Amino acid sequence: MMPDLGKYAGDVFAAYGITFVLLGGLIALSLIRAARIKKRLQAAEERRKTNG
Amino acid sequence: MASLWEWANPRKFMTWTDKALPVISIFAAVLFLAGLVWGFFFTPDDYRQGATVKIFYIHVPSAMIAINAWLMMLVASLIWLIRRHHVSVLAAKAAAPVGMVMTLIALASGAIWGKPMWGTYWEWDPRLTSFLILFLFYVGYLALWEAIEDPDTAADLTSVLCLVGSVFAVLSRYAVNFWNQGLHQGASLSLDKAENVADVFWYPALVALAGFVLLFLALVILRTRTEIRARRLHAIEMRERVQG
Repeated sequence: MMPDLGKYAGDVFAAYGITFVLLGGLIALSLIRAARIKKRLQAAEERRKTNG
Repeated sequence: MASLWEWANPRKFMTWTDKALPVISIFAAVLFLAGLVWGFFFTPDDYRQGATVKIFYIHVPSAMIAINAWLMMLVASLIWLIRRHHVSVLAAKAAAPVGMVMTLIALASGAIWGKPMWGTYWEWDPRLTSFLILFLFYVGYLALWEAIEDPDTAADLTSVLCLVGSVFAVLSRYAVNFWNQGLHQGASLSLDKAENVADVFWYPALVALAGFVLLFLALVILRTRTEIRARRLHAIEMRERVQG
């Protein structure tokens, strides 16, 4: 199944590894910030309703 | 038929993207993984480049997104400057980190690919240098957003910076044609059959590219939704502060 990358295995894995780490980090940070801001906005909207 | 401006109204944008985002995300994940798995596991080595050709499936799509993300930001910034449309400038702000990461991936994967093929990680070649400058413009654009407290002033100044940076986005794409020198070759993907890569590399690359495009779209929508909420939150908090 795994292709024989020969002497270039390190280069290919490094390129793919960096890509997955950077994209994974970007997706995770985007989702975390989205959830955090949504929660804070909901709390603020609640306060606004309660306080008029 | 509803006009484009109506769809970009913040309330309407939140409604339709709430339904569209999960669908786009699923298609993005499927195409992204399908393209990379196809390219990595089921394509032959190149007769000259050997197994390093597998870097092609991440390097080319990320580079194309890096350039086109900036051009998308340019259009969104122009809409802000001309029409003062808040969602457009928030979409530009949302796209910047995605474009920056894509530029970094293109630079890193290119350097890793360059070492075995060119014998060096880096060369001050027109394509590579203009890409590095594009990356610095992304960093500067995001830093400017963070540095200015008033959102409308930040939107104005970052939009102007985006106009200036567009020169380097275009240069990154056409540097090889303009200067006709350096290590980097011309476009690998082309609609001209004679210039394009062989079909065995082209089809998986096309699927991977579609995956990258949809991933970019999904992330920009997600982040734009967050920016719209953050702006609303900022407005409520400011009102609370004024009211004591």
